[in-house]
Amino acid sequence: MEKREFEVSSNELIASNTWKMNLLGDARSITRPGQFVNIELPGFFLRRPISVCAWRDWEVTIIYKVVGQGTSYMSRLEPGVKLDLLCGLGNGYDVTKAGERPLLVGGGAGVPPMYALAEWLIRDGRQVTVIEGFNTAGEVFYEREFADLGASVRITTADGSVGTRGFVTDAMDGDFTYVYACGPEPMLRAVYDRCADGQFSFEERMGCGFGACMGCTCETKYGYKRICRDGPVLERGEIVW
Amino acid sequence: MVDTKVTLSGLTLDNPVIPASGTFGFGYEFAEIYDIDILGSLSFKGTTREPRFGNPTPRIAECPSGMLNAVGLQNPGIDKVIEEELPKLRQVFHKPVVANISGFSIDEYVECCGRIDQEEQVGIIEVNISCPNVHNGGMSFGTSPESAAEVTRQVKAVTTKPVYMKLSPNVTDIAAIAQACEEAGADGISLINTLMGMRIDLRRRVPVLKNVTGGLSGPAVLPVALRMVWQVYEAVSVPIIGMGGVSTARDVIEMMLAGATAVEVGAANLKNPLAAKEIIEKLPPLMEELGIGRLSDIIGGAH
Repeated sequence: MEKREFEVSSNELIASNTWKMNLLGDARSITRPGQFVNIELPGFFLRRPISVCAWRDWEVTIIYKVVGQGTSYMSRLEPGVKLDLLCGLGNGYDVTKAGERPLLVGGGAGVPPMYALAEWLIRDGRQVTVIEGFNTAGEVFYEREFADLGASVRITTADGSVGTRGFVTDAMDGDFTYVYACGPEPMLRAVYDRCADGQFSFEERMGCGFGACMGCTCETKYGYKRICRDGPVLERGEIVW
Repeated sequence: MVDTKVTLSGLTLDNPVIPASGTFGFGYEFAEIYDIDILGSLSFKGTTREPRFGNPTPRIAECPSGMLNAVGLQNPGIDKVIEEELPKLRQVFHKPVVANISGFSIDEYVECCGRIDQEEQVGIIEVNISCPNVHNGGMSFGTSPESAAEVTRQVKAVTTKPVYMKLSPNVTDIAAIAQACEEAGADGISLINTLMGMRIDLRRRVPVLKNVTGGLSGPAVLPVALRMVWQVYEAVSVPIIGMGGVSTARDVIEMMLAGATAVEVGAANLKNPLAAKEIIEKLPPLMEELGIGRLSDIIGGAH
Protein backbone atom coordinates (compact mmCIF):
# COMPACT_ATOMS: atom_id res chain seq x y z
CA MET A 1 0.00 0.00 0.00
CA GLU A 2 1.06 3.53 -0.73
CA LYS A 3 -0.69 6.85 -0.25
CA ARG A 4 -0.18 9.03 -3.30
CA GLU A 5 -1.54 12.14 -4.92
CA PHE A 6 -2.93 11.67 -8.43
CA GLU A 7 -4.23 14.15 -10.98
CA VAL A 8 -7.34 13.46 -13.03
CA SER A 9 -6.33 13.58 -16.70
CA SER A 10 -9.69 12.56 -18.18
CA ASN A 11 -13.13 11.56 -16.94
CA GLU A 12 -15.75 10.57 -19.50
CA LEU A 13 -19.07 8.78 -19.78
CA ILE A 14 -18.53 5.55 -21.75
CA ALA A 15 -21.86 3.75 -21.20
CA SER A 16 -25.06 4.18 -19.23
CA ASN A 17 -24.06 5.55 -15.78
CA THR A 18 -20.57 4.25 -16.42
CA TRP A 19 -17.50 6.50 -16.36
CA LYS A 20 -13.88 6.04 -17.24
CA MET A 21 -11.30 8.08 -15.38
CA ASN A 22 -7.58 8.34 -16.02
CA LEU A 23 -5.37 9.40 -13.16
CA LEU A 24 -1.72 10.41 -13.36
CA GLY A 25 0.58 9.65 -10.45
CA ASP A 26 2.93 7.09 -8.97
CA ALA A 27 1.14 3.77 -9.44
CA ARG A 28 4.16 1.54 -8.93
CA SER A 29 2.66 -0.05 -5.82
CA ILE A 30 0.11 -1.83 -8.01
CA THR A 31 1.55 -5.23 -8.82
CA ARG A 32 -1.31 -7.48 -9.90
CA PRO A 33 -4.53 -7.28 -11.90
CA GLY A 34 -7.55 -7.38 -9.60
CA GLN A 35 -6.11 -4.94 -7.07
CA PHE A 36 -7.95 -1.73 -6.25
CA VAL A 37 -7.38 1.87 -5.25
CA ASN A 38 -9.20 3.69 -2.44
CA ILE A 39 -10.01 7.27 -3.35
CA GLU A 40 -10.49 10.12 -0.90
CA LEU A 41 -13.23 12.53 -1.99
CA PRO A 42 -13.63 15.99 -0.46
CA GLY A 43 -16.75 16.09 1.70
CA PHE A 44 -16.99 12.32 2.17
CA PHE A 45 -15.63 10.61 5.26
CA LEU A 46 -14.92 7.22 3.73
CA ARG A 47 -12.82 6.62 0.66
CA ARG A 48 -14.29 4.94 -2.41
CA PRO A 49 -12.70 1.60 -3.31
CA ILE A 50 -12.55 1.15 -7.10
CA SER A 51 -10.91 -1.69 -9.01
CA VAL A 52 -8.03 -0.94 -11.33
CA CYS A 53 -8.93 -1.37 -15.00
CA ALA A 54 -5.43 -0.74 -16.32
CA TRP A 55 -2.21 0.72 -15.02
CA ARG A 56 1.26 1.82 -16.01
CA ASP A 57 3.99 3.03 -13.66
CA TRP A 58 2.61 6.57 -13.66
CA GLU A 59 -1.02 6.12 -14.70
CA VAL A 60 -4.14 4.38 -13.46
CA THR A 61 -7.39 3.86 -15.37
CA ILE A 62 -10.59 3.13 -13.47
CA ILE A 63 -14.09 2.49 -14.74
CA TYR A 64 -16.84 3.10 -12.23
CA LYS A 65 -20.59 3.03 -12.16
CA VAL A 66 -22.49 5.94 -10.59
CA VAL A 67 -24.48 4.28 -7.83
CA GLY A 68 -24.49 6.81 -5.00
CA GLN A 69 -23.39 10.24 -3.87
CA GLY A 70 -19.68 9.44 -3.88
CA THR A 71 -19.53 8.07 -7.41
CA SER A 72 -21.86 10.86 -8.54
CA TYR A 73 -19.34 13.36 -7.15
CA MET A 74 -16.54 11.52 -8.96
CA SER A 75 -18.39 11.79 -12.27
CA ARG A 76 -18.30 15.59 -11.98
CA LEU A 77 -14.53 15.83 -11.47
CA GLU A 78 -12.69 17.75 -14.17
CA PRO A 79 -9.22 17.08 -15.55
CA GLY A 80 -6.59 18.73 -13.36
CA VAL A 81 -8.29 17.89 -10.06
CA LYS A 82 -5.93 16.29 -7.54
CA LEU A 83 -7.06 13.23 -5.59
CA ASP A 84 -5.52 11.31 -2.70
CA LEU A 85 -5.35 7.57 -3.43
CA LEU A 86 -4.38 4.56 -1.41
CA CYS A 87 -2.79 2.48 -4.10
CA GLY A 88 -1.96 -1.18 -4.58
CA LEU A 89 -4.65 -2.54 -2.28
CA GLY A 90 -5.89 -6.12 -2.18
CA ASN A 91 -4.31 -9.38 -3.28
CA GLY A 92 -5.30 -9.36 -6.95
CA TYR A 93 -5.51 -12.37 -9.27
CA ASP A 94 -2.88 -15.08 -9.35
CA VAL A 95 -2.00 -15.17 -13.05
CA THR A 96 0.15 -18.27 -12.72
CA LYS A 97 -2.91 -20.51 -12.56
CA ALA A 98 -4.40 -19.43 -15.89
CA GLY A 99 -3.26 -22.32 -18.07
CA GLU A 100 -3.30 -21.96 -21.85
CA ARG A 101 -6.96 -21.01 -22.37
CA PRO A 102 -8.31 -18.99 -19.42
CA LEU A 103 -11.87 -17.69 -19.32
CA LEU A 104 -12.42 -14.22 -17.86
CA VAL A 105 -15.96 -13.41 -16.73
CA GLY A 106 -17.02 -9.88 -15.77
CA GLY A 107 -20.48 -8.68 -14.86
CA GLY A 108 -21.32 -4.96 -15.07
CA ALA A 109 -18.99 -3.04 -12.77
CA GLY A 110 -17.02 -6.29 -12.46
CA VAL A 111 -15.78 -6.01 -16.06
CA PRO A 112 -12.99 -3.42 -15.54
CA PRO A 113 -10.46 -5.56 -13.60
CA MET A 114 -10.77 -8.18 -16.34
CA TYR A 115 -9.12 -5.73 -18.73
CA ALA A 116 -5.84 -5.55 -16.81
CA LEU A 117 -5.98 -9.30 -16.34
CA ALA A 118 -6.59 -9.92 -20.06
CA GLU A 119 -3.75 -7.58 -20.95
CA TRP A 120 -1.38 -9.46 -18.64
CA LEU A 121 -2.41 -12.94 -19.79
CA ILE A 122 -2.31 -12.09 -23.50
CA ARG A 123 1.14 -10.54 -23.09
CA ASP A 124 2.03 -13.86 -21.48
CA GLY A 125 0.92 -15.71 -24.61
CA ARG A 126 -2.36 -17.12 -23.30
CA GLN A 127 -5.47 -17.58 -25.43
CA VAL A 128 -7.97 -15.44 -23.55
CA THR A 129 -11.76 -15.54 -23.79
CA VAL A 130 -13.73 -12.76 -22.10
CA ILE A 131 -17.43 -12.86 -21.27
CA GLU A 132 -18.96 -9.50 -20.42
CA GLY A 133 -22.43 -9.55 -18.88
CA PHE A 134 -24.78 -6.58 -18.73
CA ASN A 135 -28.49 -5.87 -18.29
CA THR A 136 -28.97 -4.09 -21.58
CA ALA A 137 -27.14 -2.76 -24.67
CA GLY A 138 -26.71 0.77 -23.28
CA GLU A 139 -24.54 -0.55 -20.46
CA VAL A 140 -22.05 -2.36 -22.67
CA PHE A 141 -18.47 -1.08 -22.68
CA TYR A 142 -15.00 -2.25 -23.67
CA GLU A 143 -16.11 -4.86 -26.22
CA ARG A 144 -13.70 -3.40 -28.78
CA GLU A 145 -10.93 -2.75 -26.22
CA PHE A 146 -10.86 -6.41 -25.23
CA ALA A 147 -10.89 -7.45 -28.89
CA ASP A 148 -8.02 -5.04 -29.61
CA LEU A 149 -5.96 -6.79 -26.93
CA GLY A 150 -6.49 -10.01 -28.85
CA ALA A 151 -9.14 -11.59 -26.63
CA SER A 152 -12.11 -13.49 -27.93
CA VAL A 153 -15.10 -11.49 -26.61
CA ARG A 154 -18.62 -12.69 -25.81
CA ILE A 155 -21.33 -10.26 -24.70
CA THR A 156 -24.46 -11.23 -22.83
CA THR A 157 -27.40 -8.99 -21.93
CA ALA A 158 -30.28 -9.93 -19.68
CA ASP A 159 -32.79 -8.39 -22.12
CA GLY A 160 -31.10 -9.74 -25.24
CA SER A 161 -30.67 -6.27 -26.75
CA VAL A 162 -27.15 -7.22 -27.78
CA GLY A 163 -25.14 -10.44 -27.72
CA THR A 164 -26.43 -13.60 -26.13
CA ARG A 165 -29.71 -13.16 -24.27
CA GLY A 166 -29.36 -14.16 -20.63
CA PHE A 167 -26.54 -14.26 -18.13
CA VAL A 168 -22.81 -14.82 -18.41
CA THR A 169 -23.33 -18.50 -17.68
CA ASP A 170 -25.33 -18.77 -20.92
CA ALA A 171 -22.10 -18.05 -22.82
CA MET A 172 -19.71 -20.22 -20.82
CA ASP A 173 -19.55 -23.20 -23.19
CA GLY A 174 -16.08 -24.14 -24.33
CA ASP A 175 -12.90 -25.83 -23.21
CA PHE A 176 -11.20 -23.51 -20.72
CA THR A 177 -8.22 -24.18 -18.49
CA TYR A 178 -9.20 -21.79 -15.67
CA VAL A 179 -11.84 -19.19 -14.74
CA TYR A 180 -11.40 -15.68 -13.38
CA ALA A 181 -14.57 -13.84 -12.37
CA CYS A 182 -15.67 -10.49 -10.97
CA GLY A 183 -19.22 -9.24 -10.62
CA PRO A 184 -22.29 -9.23 -8.42
CA GLU A 185 -22.54 -12.13 -5.98
CA PRO A 186 -25.38 -14.01 -7.78
CA MET A 187 -23.23 -13.98 -10.93
CA LEU A 188 -20.17 -15.21 -9.05
CA ARG A 189 -22.20 -18.02 -7.57
CA ALA A 190 -23.61 -19.06 -10.93
CA VAL A 191 -20.11 -19.09 -12.45
CA TYR A 192 -18.80 -20.99 -9.43
CA ASP A 193 -21.41 -23.69 -10.03
CA ARG A 194 -20.31 -24.02 -13.66
CA CYS A 195 -16.55 -24.40 -13.22
CA ALA A 196 -14.10 -26.72 -11.52
CA ASP A 197 -11.51 -24.17 -10.47
CA GLY A 198 -11.03 -20.45 -10.57
CA GLN A 199 -10.66 -17.18 -8.73
CA PHE A 200 -13.52 -14.91 -7.76
CA SER A 201 -13.34 -11.25 -6.81
CA PHE A 202 -15.80 -10.12 -4.14
CA GLU A 203 -17.28 -6.80 -3.14
CA GLU A 204 -18.09 -5.58 0.35
CA ARG A 205 -18.65 -2.28 2.11
CA MET A 206 -15.27 -1.26 3.46
CA GLY A 207 -14.09 1.05 6.18
CA CYS A 208 -10.37 1.45 5.58
CA GLY A 209 -9.61 -0.75 2.55
CA PHE A 210 -6.26 -1.93 3.92
CA GLY A 211 -7.05 -4.46 6.62
CA ALA A 212 -7.24 -2.40 9.80
CA CYS A 213 -10.91 -2.07 10.67
CA MET A 214 -12.32 -5.57 10.09
CA GLY A 215 -15.31 -3.98 8.38
CA CYS A 216 -15.40 -6.34 5.39
CA THR A 217 -14.62 -9.75 6.88
CA CYS A 218 -16.06 -12.90 5.34
CA GLU A 219 -15.88 -16.54 6.30
CA THR A 220 -13.84 -18.92 4.17
CA LYS A 221 -12.97 -22.57 4.49
CA TYR A 222 -9.59 -21.49 5.81
CA GLY A 223 -10.76 -18.96 8.38
CA TYR A 224 -11.91 -15.38 8.38
CA LYS A 225 -10.64 -13.18 5.59
CA ARG A 226 -10.76 -9.44 5.05
CA ILE A 227 -12.10 -8.78 1.56
CA CYS A 228 -9.94 -5.66 1.32
CA ARG A 229 -6.66 -7.21 2.35
CA ASP A 230 -6.78 -11.03 2.10
CA GLY A 231 -9.13 -10.58 -0.91
CA PRO A 232 -10.88 -9.27 -2.87
CA VAL A 233 -9.90 -12.36 -4.86
CA LEU A 234 -10.71 -15.72 -3.29
CA GLU A 235 -9.88 -19.13 -4.68
CA ARG A 236 -12.87 -21.26 -5.62
CA GLY A 237 -11.85 -23.90 -3.09
CA GLU A 238 -11.99 -21.57 -0.09
CA ILE A 239 -15.31 -19.84 -0.76
CA VAL A 240 -18.20 -20.28 1.67
CA TRP A 241 -21.47 -18.99 0.24
CA MET B 1 12.58 22.54 21.84
CA VAL B 2 9.12 21.55 23.08
CA ASP B 3 8.44 18.57 25.35
CA THR B 4 5.62 16.30 24.17
CA LYS B 5 6.02 13.66 26.89
CA VAL B 6 3.09 12.69 29.06
CA THR B 7 2.82 10.17 31.89
CA LEU B 8 -0.03 7.71 32.43
CA SER B 9 0.10 5.99 35.83
CA GLY B 10 3.89 5.97 35.87
CA LEU B 11 4.24 5.05 32.19
CA THR B 12 5.91 7.88 30.30
CA LEU B 13 4.98 8.21 26.62
CA ASP B 14 7.09 10.15 24.11
CA ASN B 15 3.91 11.88 23.02
CA PRO B 16 0.22 11.56 23.91
CA VAL B 17 -0.88 10.00 20.59
CA ILE B 18 -2.22 6.43 20.80
CA PRO B 19 -4.10 4.76 17.91
CA ALA B 20 -7.45 3.60 19.29
CA SER B 21 -8.42 -0.02 19.60
CA GLY B 22 -10.16 -1.45 16.56
CA THR B 23 -8.72 1.08 14.13
CA PHE B 24 -5.14 -0.13 14.10
CA GLY B 25 -5.35 -3.92 14.24
CA PHE B 26 -2.10 -5.14 15.79
CA GLY B 27 -0.10 -2.46 14.07
CA TYR B 28 1.51 -4.23 11.14
CA GLU B 29 -0.66 -2.88 8.32
CA PHE B 30 0.50 0.58 9.37
CA ALA B 31 4.10 -0.49 9.94
CA GLU B 32 4.22 -1.07 6.16
CA ILE B 33 3.92 2.65 5.51
CA TYR B 34 5.58 4.30 8.48
CA ASP B 35 7.75 3.58 11.50
CA ILE B 36 5.11 3.11 14.17
CA ASP B 37 7.71 3.43 16.93
CA ILE B 38 7.01 7.17 16.74
CA LEU B 39 3.64 6.55 18.43
CA GLY B 40 3.17 7.26 22.12
CA SER B 41 1.68 3.80 22.41
CA LEU B 42 -1.01 1.82 20.61
CA SER B 43 -4.20 0.20 21.82
CA PHE B 44 -4.56 -3.15 20.10
CA LYS B 45 -7.69 -4.77 18.69
CA GLY B 46 -10.26 -5.52 21.40
CA THR B 47 -9.60 -9.04 22.64
CA THR B 48 -12.02 -11.54 24.13
CA ARG B 49 -11.54 -15.01 25.64
CA GLU B 50 -12.90 -16.88 22.59
CA PRO B 51 -12.13 -16.13 18.94
CA ARG B 52 -14.97 -14.07 17.44
CA PHE B 53 -16.13 -13.61 13.86
CA GLY B 54 -18.12 -10.54 14.81
CA ASN B 55 -21.31 -9.37 13.15
CA PRO B 56 -22.55 -10.16 9.64
CA THR B 57 -21.72 -7.63 6.92
CA PRO B 58 -22.38 -4.86 5.99
CA ARG B 59 -20.62 -3.64 9.11
CA ILE B 60 -19.74 -0.17 7.89
CA ALA B 61 -21.83 2.86 6.94
CA GLU B 62 -20.76 6.36 6.03
CA CYS B 63 -22.10 9.40 7.87
CA PRO B 64 -21.61 13.15 7.60
CA SER B 65 -18.15 13.68 9.16
CA GLY B 66 -17.84 10.14 10.37
CA MET B 67 -18.80 6.52 10.09
CA LEU B 68 -20.76 3.79 11.77
CA ASN B 69 -19.21 0.45 12.50
CA ALA B 70 -20.81 -2.72 13.76
CA VAL B 71 -17.79 -4.99 13.59
CA GLY B 72 -18.77 -6.68 16.84
CA LEU B 73 -15.37 -7.40 18.36
CA GLN B 74 -13.96 -9.63 15.67
CA ASN B 75 -10.70 -10.94 17.13
CA PRO B 76 -8.65 -14.14 17.22
CA GLY B 77 -9.20 -14.73 20.96
CA ILE B 78 -6.74 -14.22 23.79
CA ASP B 79 -4.74 -17.42 23.18
CA LYS B 80 -3.83 -16.42 19.64
CA VAL B 81 -3.34 -12.80 20.62
CA ILE B 82 -0.73 -13.85 23.17
CA GLU B 83 0.86 -16.61 21.06
CA GLU B 84 0.81 -14.99 17.63
CA GLU B 85 -0.22 -11.35 17.51
CA LEU B 86 1.89 -9.95 20.35
CA PRO B 87 5.14 -11.54 19.08
CA LYS B 88 4.43 -10.11 15.61
CA LEU B 89 3.61 -6.72 17.09
CA ARG B 90 6.88 -6.84 19.01
CA GLN B 91 8.75 -6.90 15.70
CA VAL B 92 7.33 -3.54 14.61
CA PHE B 93 6.58 -1.72 17.86
CA HIS B 94 9.09 -1.58 20.67
CA LYS B 95 7.21 0.34 23.36
CA PRO B 96 4.66 -0.77 25.96
CA VAL B 97 1.20 -1.26 24.44
CA VAL B 98 -2.30 -0.64 25.69
CA ALA B 99 -4.07 -4.01 25.88
CA ASN B 100 -7.75 -3.58 25.07
CA ILE B 101 -9.82 -6.35 26.67
CA SER B 102 -13.51 -7.00 26.23
CA GLY B 103 -15.89 -9.57 27.61
CA PHE B 104 -19.35 -10.99 27.97
CA SER B 105 -19.15 -11.88 31.66
CA ILE B 106 -17.18 -10.70 34.65
CA ASP B 107 -15.38 -14.04 34.64
CA GLU B 108 -14.23 -13.42 31.09
CA TYR B 109 -12.90 -9.94 31.91
CA VAL B 110 -11.09 -11.35 34.94
CA GLU B 111 -9.54 -14.24 33.03
CA CYS B 112 -8.41 -12.18 30.04
CA CYS B 113 -7.10 -9.26 32.09
CA GLY B 114 -5.27 -11.63 34.42
CA ARG B 115 -3.57 -13.32 31.50
CA ILE B 116 -2.68 -10.19 29.55
CA ASP B 117 -1.27 -8.70 32.78
CA GLN B 118 1.54 -11.31 32.55
CA GLU B 119 2.71 -10.00 29.17
CA GLU B 120 5.80 -7.87 29.39
CA GLN B 121 4.78 -5.83 26.34
CA VAL B 122 1.65 -4.57 28.04
CA GLY B 123 1.93 -1.18 29.75
CA ILE B 124 -1.73 -0.49 30.44
CA ILE B 125 -4.84 -2.65 30.41
CA GLU B 126 -7.80 -0.86 28.87
CA VAL B 127 -10.99 -2.63 29.87
CA ASN B 128 -13.71 -2.09 27.29
CA ILE B 129 -17.05 -2.02 29.08
CA SER B 130 -18.59 0.01 26.30
CA CYS B 131 -18.79 -1.88 22.99
CA PRO B 132 -22.18 -0.98 21.50
CA ASN B 133 -22.11 -3.73 18.88
CA VAL B 134 -22.36 -6.92 20.89
CA HIS B 135 -25.29 -8.33 22.71
CA ASN B 136 -25.34 -9.51 26.35
CA GLY B 137 -22.01 -7.99 27.18
CA GLY B 138 -19.81 -5.11 26.22
CA MET B 139 -21.70 -1.93 26.80
CA SER B 140 -24.10 -3.42 29.31
CA PHE B 141 -21.31 -3.43 31.91
CA GLY B 142 -20.54 0.21 31.29
CA THR B 143 -23.97 1.74 31.55
CA SER B 144 -24.45 1.56 35.31
CA PRO B 145 -22.05 2.71 38.04
CA GLU B 146 -22.58 -0.52 39.97
CA SER B 147 -21.68 -2.94 37.18
CA ALA B 148 -18.79 -0.74 35.98
CA ALA B 149 -17.43 -0.73 39.53
CA GLU B 150 -17.87 -4.47 39.85
CA VAL B 151 -15.85 -5.20 36.69
CA THR B 152 -13.19 -2.74 37.87
CA ARG B 153 -12.92 -4.29 41.31
CA GLN B 154 -12.64 -7.84 40.05
CA VAL B 155 -10.12 -6.98 37.32
CA LYS B 156 -8.01 -4.98 39.75
CA ALA B 157 -7.91 -7.99 42.08
CA VAL B 158 -6.08 -10.09 39.46
CA THR B 159 -3.80 -7.51 37.82
CA THR B 160 -0.65 -5.61 38.67
CA LYS B 161 -0.59 -3.18 35.75
CA PRO B 162 -2.55 0.07 35.50
CA VAL B 163 -6.20 -0.59 34.63
CA TYR B 164 -8.09 1.98 32.57
CA MET B 165 -11.83 1.53 32.20
CA LYS B 166 -13.11 2.45 28.72
CA LEU B 167 -16.50 4.09 29.06
CA SER B 168 -19.52 4.44 26.84
CA PRO B 169 -21.02 7.80 25.91
CA ASN B 170 -24.44 6.14 25.64
CA VAL B 171 -25.30 6.96 29.25
CA THR B 172 -27.04 9.76 31.13
CA ASP B 173 -24.29 10.47 33.67
CA ILE B 174 -20.80 9.51 32.57
CA ALA B 175 -19.19 11.30 35.51
CA ALA B 176 -21.00 9.04 37.98
CA ILE B 177 -19.75 5.94 36.14
CA ALA B 178 -16.20 7.28 36.03
CA GLN B 179 -16.35 8.03 39.76
CA ALA B 180 -17.62 4.53 40.50
CA CYS B 181 -14.68 3.08 38.54
CA GLU B 182 -12.21 5.30 40.37
CA GLU B 183 -13.63 4.30 43.75
CA ALA B 184 -13.39 0.64 42.72
CA GLY B 185 -9.68 1.09 42.07
CA ALA B 186 -9.37 2.09 38.40
CA ASP B 187 -6.03 3.69 37.63
CA GLY B 188 -7.48 5.74 34.81
CA ILE B 189 -10.47 6.31 32.54
CA SER B 190 -10.60 5.99 28.73
CA LEU B 191 -13.42 7.73 26.92
CA ILE B 192 -15.41 7.84 24.73
CA ASN B 193 -16.34 4.65 22.91
CA THR B 194 -18.64 5.16 19.90
CA LEU B 195 -22.13 6.65 19.99
CA MET B 196 -24.92 4.32 18.94
CA GLY B 197 -26.52 5.24 15.65
CA MET B 198 -28.02 3.87 12.46
CA ARG B 199 -28.57 4.62 8.78
CA ILE B 200 -31.24 3.46 6.37
CA ASP B 201 -30.91 2.52 2.69
CA LEU B 202 -33.48 4.63 0.81
CA ARG B 203 -33.93 2.28 -2.12
CA ARG B 204 -34.11 -0.98 -0.22
CA ARG B 205 -35.84 0.56 2.84
CA VAL B 206 -33.76 -1.41 5.30
CA PRO B 207 -31.00 -0.44 7.73
CA VAL B 208 -27.62 -0.15 6.01
CA LEU B 209 -25.97 -2.20 8.74
CA LYS B 210 -26.93 -5.83 9.05
CA ASN B 211 -26.69 -5.36 12.83
CA VAL B 212 -29.21 -2.48 12.43
CA THR B 213 -27.26 -0.21 14.79
CA GLY B 214 -23.59 0.65 14.94
CA GLY B 215 -21.16 2.94 16.71
CA LEU B 216 -20.59 6.45 15.37
CA SER B 217 -17.03 7.73 15.28
CA GLY B 218 -15.10 10.41 13.43
CA PRO B 219 -15.04 14.22 13.65
CA ALA B 220 -18.82 14.24 14.17
CA VAL B 221 -18.37 13.00 17.75
CA LEU B 222 -15.48 15.26 18.84
CA PRO B 223 -17.66 17.83 20.62
CA VAL B 224 -19.47 15.09 22.55
CA ALA B 225 -16.17 13.52 23.51
CA LEU B 226 -14.74 16.86 24.65
CA ARG B 227 -17.79 17.53 26.80
CA MET B 228 -17.56 14.11 28.44
CA VAL B 229 -13.80 14.32 29.03
CA TRP B 230 -14.45 17.72 30.59
CA GLN B 231 -17.12 16.28 32.91
CA VAL B 232 -15.07 13.26 33.90
CA TYR B 233 -12.01 15.45 34.58
CA GLU B 234 -14.08 17.42 37.07
CA ALA B 235 -15.28 14.22 38.73
CA VAL B 236 -12.14 12.08 39.12
CA SER B 237 -8.48 12.55 39.95
CA VAL B 238 -7.06 9.61 37.94
CA PRO B 239 -5.66 10.26 34.45
CA ILE B 240 -7.93 10.28 31.41
CA ILE B 241 -7.21 8.95 27.93
CA GLY B 242 -9.47 11.08 25.74
CA MET B 243 -10.78 9.95 22.38
CA GLY B 244 -13.60 10.54 19.96
CA GLY B 245 -13.15 12.18 16.58
CA VAL B 246 -9.56 13.29 17.10
CA SER B 247 -8.09 13.87 13.63
CA THR B 248 -5.55 16.70 13.97
CA ALA B 249 -2.90 18.03 16.33
CA ARG B 250 -5.32 20.83 17.21
CA ASP B 251 -7.86 18.22 18.34
CA VAL B 252 -5.18 16.66 20.56
CA ILE B 253 -4.51 19.98 22.28
CA GLU B 254 -8.24 20.60 22.68
CA MET B 255 -8.74 17.16 24.21
CA MET B 256 -5.89 17.75 26.65
CA LEU B 257 -7.21 21.18 27.62
CA ALA B 258 -10.52 19.42 28.40
CA GLY B 259 -8.66 17.10 30.76
CA ALA B 260 -7.04 14.25 28.85
CA THR B 261 -3.48 13.20 29.70
CA ALA B 262 -3.19 11.16 26.51
CA VAL B 263 -5.32 10.97 23.39
CA GLU B 264 -6.44 8.09 21.22
CA VAL B 265 -6.90 8.52 17.48
CA GLY B 266 -9.48 6.20 15.95
CA ALA B 267 -11.50 6.64 12.77
CA ALA B 268 -8.92 9.07 11.39
CA ASN B 269 -6.52 6.11 10.90
CA LEU B 270 -9.03 4.42 8.64
CA LYS B 271 -9.49 7.41 6.36
CA ASN B 272 -5.82 8.32 6.37
CA PRO B 273 -3.40 5.57 7.40
CA LEU B 274 -0.80 8.27 8.07
CA ALA B 275 -3.10 10.24 10.40
CA ALA B 276 -1.35 9.40 13.67
CA LYS B 277 2.06 10.12 12.13
CA GLU B 278 0.91 13.46 10.74
CA ILE B 279 -0.60 14.44 14.10
CA ILE B 280 2.63 13.59 15.93
CA GLU B 281 4.67 15.60 13.42
CA LYS B 282 2.41 18.62 13.69
CA LEU B 283 2.30 18.69 17.49
CA PRO B 284 5.67 20.44 18.10
CA PRO B 285 5.11 23.34 15.67
CA LEU B 286 1.56 23.76 16.97
CA MET B 287 2.85 23.82 20.55
CA GLU B 288 5.32 26.54 19.57
CA GLU B 289 2.57 28.50 17.87
CA LEU B 290 0.43 28.25 21.02
CA GLY B 291 3.28 28.98 23.42
CA ILE B 292 3.23 25.53 25.01
CA GLY B 293 6.67 24.41 26.22
CA ARG B 294 5.69 21.26 28.02
CA LEU B 295 2.59 19.45 26.80
CA SER B 296 1.81 17.91 30.18
CA ASP B 297 1.33 21.43 31.58
CA ILE B 298 -1.88 21.94 29.62
CA ILE B 299 -3.81 18.91 30.89
CA GLY B 300 -7.17 20.21 32.08
CA GLY B 301 -5.93 23.71 31.30
CA ALA B 302 -9.35 24.96 30.20
CA HIS B 303 -10.98 24.31 33.57
